[in-house]
Amino acid sequence: MGSASSVLTQYDIEEVQEHCSNLFSQQEIVSLYQRFCQLDRNAKGFISADEFLSVPEFAMNPLSQRLLKMVDGLNFKDFVAFLSAFSGKATTQQKIEFIFKVYDSDNNGKVSFNDILEVLRDLSGSFMSDEQREKVLRQVLQEAGYSKESYLMLDDFIKVLSRSGLKMEVEVPVD
Amino acid sequence: MNSNSNETVKLSSELDLDRPNLEDYLPSGSSIQEPRGKLRLRDLLDISPTLTEAAGAIIDDSFTRCFKSNPPEPWNWNVYLFPIWCCGVVIRYFILFPVRVLILTIGWIIFLSSYIPVHFLLKGHDKLRKKMERSLVELICSFFVASWTGVVKYHGPRPSIRPKQVFVANHTSMIDFIILEQMTAFAVIMQKHPGWVGLLQSTILESVGCIWFNRSESKDREVVARKLRDHVQGAENNPLLIFPEGTCVNNHYTVMFKKGAFELGCTVCPVAIKYNKIAVDAFWNSRKQSFTMHLLQLMTSWAVVCDVWYLEPQNIKPGETAIAFAERVRDIISVRAGLKKVPWDGYLKYSRPSPKHREQKQQSFSESMLRRLEEK
Repeated sequence: MGSASSVLTQYDIEEVQEHCSNLFSQQEIVSLYQRFCQLDRNAKGFISADEFLSVPEFAMNPLSQRLLKMVDGLNFKDFVAFLSAFSGKATTQQKIEFIFKVYDSDNNGKVSFNDILEVLRDLSGSFMSDEQREKVLRQVLQEAGYSKESYLMLDDFIKVLSRSGLKMEVEVPVD
Repeated sequence: MNSNSNETVKLSSELDLDRPNLEDYLPSGSSIQEPRGKLRLRDLLDISPTLTEAAGAIIDDSFTRCFKSNPPEPWNWNVYLFPIWCCGVVIRYFILFPVRVLILTIGWIIFLSSYIPVHFLLKGHDKLRKKMERSLVELICSFFVASWTGVVKYHGPRPSIRPKQVFVANHTSMIDFIILEQMTAFAVIMQKHPGWVGLLQSTILESVGCIWFNRSESKDREVVARKLRDHVQGAENNPLLIFPEGTCVNNHYTVMFKKGAFELGCTVCPVAIKYNKIAVDAFWNSRKQSFTMHLLQLMTSWAVVCDVWYLEPQNIKPGETAIAFAERVRDIISVRAGLKKVPWDGYLKYSRPSPKHREQKQQSFSESMLRRLEEK
């Protein structure tokens, strides 16, 4: 797509749509582009971490730093692909894949006890001690048939989360 | 309203603990896990509510919407409208604009040639001097308004000059001040600006009474609060005009009112201002243009059309906190001017939200986790 011009051609839209596996409609992509240009203040072609954090609702989210690492510096095509997990058309598997990526911060395809602990730390902050977090985690892992040394793969995530009726959808406002 | 938007200044004193609950305003479902019996692995791994909130904020958020300038729809896109529009451009830039500059220049000449003698010659007769200076400031503001062909409709009783009252209004641009000032010579509280605006502030506005603040200094807040109190008590001082939003908003929304104006122990008179975008959008997007460019844009448009409503003076009700009072007045102004309310502090334009909000979410998550751990 080159540098961010403020006009999207039909070809650009189709390219982005293909890249996000058709999870967004063409109108939604146009809206997302308007939003992208709004956040990318000096038309660099990507949104910097600082610009993301200027959205107060995002900055106050406990997982903002984690998400920032995934979304910082993405160009528009990858930005849409990143958000595609939140489309109404995304399958449960695609959503679980996204959640897995959030946990697997070192991208080695497996989620360790410590990886889960890290996310738990983000979510609970100073309101739970490390001992409490470990205790909670060890207990629920044991119940589900895992141990502290287990590594969870994507399939394990799918097994655990498929039944819970995952609700992870955001509507893109279309004028 | 400084143009350096990259300053991330921590104003932790601004975001007090006694603000109304943000959670009541935010649209998405809460990230609190509903207590549903025993804690299982899937409850721990399922971070979808938090992720959904984050993605929702990335895609659209109510804070950024407040500062978006919405460009008018182009109407000149066909074969006979386009030449008409071109004629319009020629008239606006080459006929109206020079005429307006001329009017403004004449206004300044009249003003300065009256103000300077009055200021120096009537040094001993303070009361008379103040009265004349007030009228002169109202005059130059009228010239300014004429220079953009301001069509202002005032509704409601004109402000009376009485002690123990402040006026509060919603804020869209610095021209709000000029529009209100041409009717009544208010004293004003402003952020000190650089350049020619700063020069005007330190000379002419001094005569109507001005209080300076510096947004980036946190200690400044107490000093300013004291100055406000002193001003309001003084019977000789001009009525004080305050813009409690603290920053310019795009005239479709109002951000939270700072409580400073509402804890002075006096009557608060709300003023609502709504601009009609028919000819020009009067929102001064300080991140996009300097004030000079903004004025030039106004001076090359057909007109600035707006409505000003002077609303019924309000007093703090017994048992009402300053913040609740501020919210009540904000509601009155928003309803009158047809603006939507958002729960954000305008200063978030310049600084990050306080960690308190994130901590609230973390606390409710932790409590829920620990409680459910105990359940069998």
